Amino acid sequence: MDLERPLPQPITPEAKPYWEGLREQKLMLPRCRACRRAFFYPRVLCPHCHAADIEWFQASGRGKLHSFEIGYQSFNKAFKVKPPFVLAMIELEEGPRMMSNLVGIEPDPKKIRCDMPVEVVFEKQTDEITLPLFRPAGGAR
Amino acid sequence: MKELRNSVCIVGVDESDELGTLPHKSMLTLHLEAVRNAVRDAGLKISDVDGIFTAGQHSPATIGEALGITPQYVDGTTVGGCSFIIMVGHALVALHHGLCDVAVVCHGESGRSGVGVTPRRDTALPGQYEAPFGFGGASTLFGMITTRHMHEHGTTLEQWAQVAVSTRQWAALNPKAKNREPITIADVLNSRPICYPFNVLNICLVTDAGGAVVLTRADRAKDCAKKPVYVRGAGEATEHVSLTQMKNLTFSEATRMSGTKAFTMAGVTHKDFNHLMFYDAFTSGPPIMLESLGFCKPGEGVHFFDNGRSTPGGSLPINTNGGGLSYTHSGMYGIFPIIEAARQLRGECGPRQVPKCTVSLVNGMGGMLSAAGTLVLSSEK
Ligand SMILES: [Zn+2]
Repeated sequence: MDLERPLPQPITPEAKPYWEGLREQKLMLPRCRACRRAFFYPRVLCPHCHAADIEWFQASGRGKLHSFEIGYQSFNKAFKVKPPFVLAMIELEEGPRMMSNLVGIEPDPKKIRCDMPVEVVFEKQTDEITLPLFRPAGGAR
Repeated sequence: MKELRNSVCIVGVDESDELGTLPHKSMLTLHLEAVRNAVRDAGLKISDVDGIFTAGQHSPATIGEALGITPQYVDGTTVGGCSFIIMVGHALVALHHGLCDVAVVCHGESGRSGVGVTPRRDTALPGQYEAPFGFGGASTLFGMITTRHMHEHGTTLEQWAQVAVSTRQWAALNPKAKNREPITIADVLNSRPICYPFNVLNICLVTDAGGAVVLTRADRAKDCAKKPVYVRGAGEATEHVSLTQMKNLTFSEATRMSGTKAFTMAGVTHKDFNHLMFYDAFTSGPPIMLESLGFCKPGEGVHFFDNGRSTPGGSLPINTNGGGLSYTHSGMYGIFPIIEAARQLRGECGPRQVPKCTVSLVNGMGGMLSAAGTLVLSSEK
């Protein structure tokens, strides 16, 4: 089957625990051992206190939709998900923000609200790569 | 910082010979045309230039080589489209200290036709954390800022549309503008949806274009061909690159910091300006820049575009060249608002001339409000 999405490229060494976690359906985040704050994207220095003592933990997968857009066309050649689709900025319960897609909801600006609660769903792309998408919280119940 | 105030002048400005869709011209050609034209505008020769400041895919060394000169001062700071605005500040410092005598800040970009353009570098972050979800291009990022602003402040699609309508009224008066026919709020709201909350008329043009600005110290400026434009203040800052790292999506800290620095150097307050130029890649940009610079409270920037306030004949004209929305936008637009501000301060803008234009603001962003540059330009010392 042809891939609908561009695979993450390149995977950088400092992000390996993140991508390995997703492969096991876990959303792993880096956290600073000095100030105890989580952050994202992965890097070797804490962006809050600049310590270099980083650990990884499993995030809850819950958060809020911080902001969104609705794509009415493809904006990169390798992205073949049929428009319209929802581009999302997620604010995770643990604090950091990440980009993703909001799925499981009609791509209609009247039905989507900033700050609505969301939860992660894992979408396997290949044996190596799984991506974290988000849906309205409680969507699968 | 105050000793820099008015120590340096803009003495020459111009665009490339043509702007628009130019598949017969390379990026380098657009760049060289702009430099030649701006140097000529100053009444100087290319051989007088000894400082080169440029951003983007051309290094200043490439431009020096192509011009056939050996600059003794170069700067290639590339932090997005506002880099040229920031570089006027860098040129100010270099000229003031005698590190060079005639500085050219220059830009050429085959943004539409892609002639002589090399691919981008450094995709490690967007390649991992944005592209797999369909992000690509500025509208998929600046829209996040815009949707959140609507959520926090109740801003409406009609209010953003008014920015495009106002800017188009100026473009109608600029023969160099690409799109000059009048538009209405309904036209913007009914134009092709690209990426909510943006329709095509909320988004800047994509053109091929070049532009350049020539600067020298105030004492030497008196000997140039045109009336000097004083660089009264300059400021810069950067906050983030990845949009997830921006602390507050609806308020640009980099913009605030660049403005505070420029206003302090210039010794001006908000009410001293009679002309404003903003980097309008999207209709939501100028209102958020007005808010971040402190011209109004957060959420109130759109009111600058109400009731003809910023349009021809209005009390505070904004983006009088027709902006990136309607005049030209090559990709890194920042050189063009400087050119327009200098022309307004010289009083050479014909039907779009702002009456009694003496103090002008140029403010631009790099990336998604990631970097910012602010200039205070003045017709008098
Ligand atoms: Zn820390």
